[in-house]
Amino acid sequence: MLKTLIFGFLLGIVGTVAAAYYVPVVDQYREASVISVSPNGGNTESFRINIPTDRIMIGAPRQAEPLPAGLHWPAEERFDGVRVELFKVRNTRETVIGVASRMVADSDRIEDSVEWVIHLPARGTFYVTMPAEPATGGQRVGTLRAGTREFRPMQGEVSERWVPNTFDDDPDAPDGHIELVTSFVGTFSDDVTETALTEGTL
Amino acid sequence: MIKYVAGLLSGILLGIIAAVALLYFNPLASRNPLSPLSVSNNEILSIGYSAVPTDSIVYTNNGESRIKPHPDTVRELWEAPIRRTDVLVTVVTDSRNNPAGIGIKFSSDSERTRLINGEALVDSAWHIHLVERGSMFVEQTENYWNFLRKIVLPAYWSTANHWKGVWNGNMTVGPGALGTAAVSGGTGEFAGLESEAVEAVSASAYSVSQGPVTMQGRLTIDVTGNVELTATDLLGR
Repeated sequence: MLKTLIFGFLLGIVGTVAAAYYVPVVDQYREASVISVSPNGGNTESFRINIPTDRIMIGAPRQAEPLPAGLHWPAEERFDGVRVELFKVRNTRETVIGVASRMVADSDRIEDSVEWVIHLPARGTFYVTMPAEPATGGQRVGTLRAGTREFRPMQGEVSERWVPNTFDDDPDAPDGHIELVTSFVGTFSDDVTETALTEGTL
Repeated sequence: MIKYVAGLLSGILLGIIAAVALLYFNPLASRNPLSPLSVSNNEILSIGYSAVPTDSIVYTNNGESRIKPHPDTVRELWEAPIRRTDVLVTVVTDSRNNPAGIGIKFSSDSERTRLINGEALVDSAWHIHLVERGSMFVEQTENYWNFLRKIVLPAYWSTANHWKGVWNGNMTVGPGALGTAAVSGGTGEFAGLESEAVEAVSASAYSVSQGPVTMQGRLTIDVTGNVELTATDLLGR
């Protein structure tokens, strides 16, 4: 009887420790990425943000109808040149896969800019800065400044474009969407390879 | 036969309890090492914020957490790929607690979480704009194990469903080798900055129903060689 109790005790300890080690506590839901290979190397991926349905927040001074209702933007005058928006981000299959922030800074002391941070929980996050003035056709093209996890070894560009909805048939259709297109190329180095080997991703 | 089965089941139950106690009280997992930046002679920029959701401009999550989104009309992150993500938009302050800019923090539960190692990991990223100075991006992995052990669980065990006390801890554990976050400058005086940071939290009250009641966060950022510190920045040293 005592031996059985001790055997059970050890089994309980080993089983719990094994479960704590092998059973994942967190398992992020993954959507298959929709990535195409560019002819000149690297890869291209498109994201879209339907407006207004995917907009979570607009932070700007003196809004008549703040989004969300009840939002209090800082009253200090120094925040007048800052505008922050928060969105849900979709892939080209219209499935929400992440969240993004867009920050516009208008200042006399530093250059005006548009910045994006796109956070895809199952893949990583990347940070892009763009010029404040759009190029011809209303498109802005910015530079990838930093990335995490999947985007860490990448360099490249991201373009932003407003695409109005031209179909008037559906009254519930969005006004249009923001299209973000990434064009990234991997930069392999010994450091990156060693990191990938350590993490078992190669 | 029955007594052997009962003995085996009792043993397994006791073993599970012992293993859980071992994980919970594991002294190796409860270390809260000194931040390398706190003993550095480098130039440091200190940015503070309130970690209480109701103090924020916007806080949103999947809507099912005990910590409620703020304001309550904000869209929730209920879709499967973003269900385990929180977003905080808040005013960040300088070392004198004057409003200095806007910070947006994205936090997602990390799949590298291993409770056996005392790791309750969160992958987070800060998008920070300091007014008239510029913007930066901070990437980090945070470990909430000590926060859960010292604050959240005691709050649940308390008859008042509340925790009060003093707890200070560094949350950042990576990706830097010394447990530091990676900073990338974007615009203004931070353009080109490649540096390190550490995020620390100071909590004094936590409620099961509301989450943090009194909690301050602080990002300590090494800006050596890139940024000319203002007098207010230097006060934070």
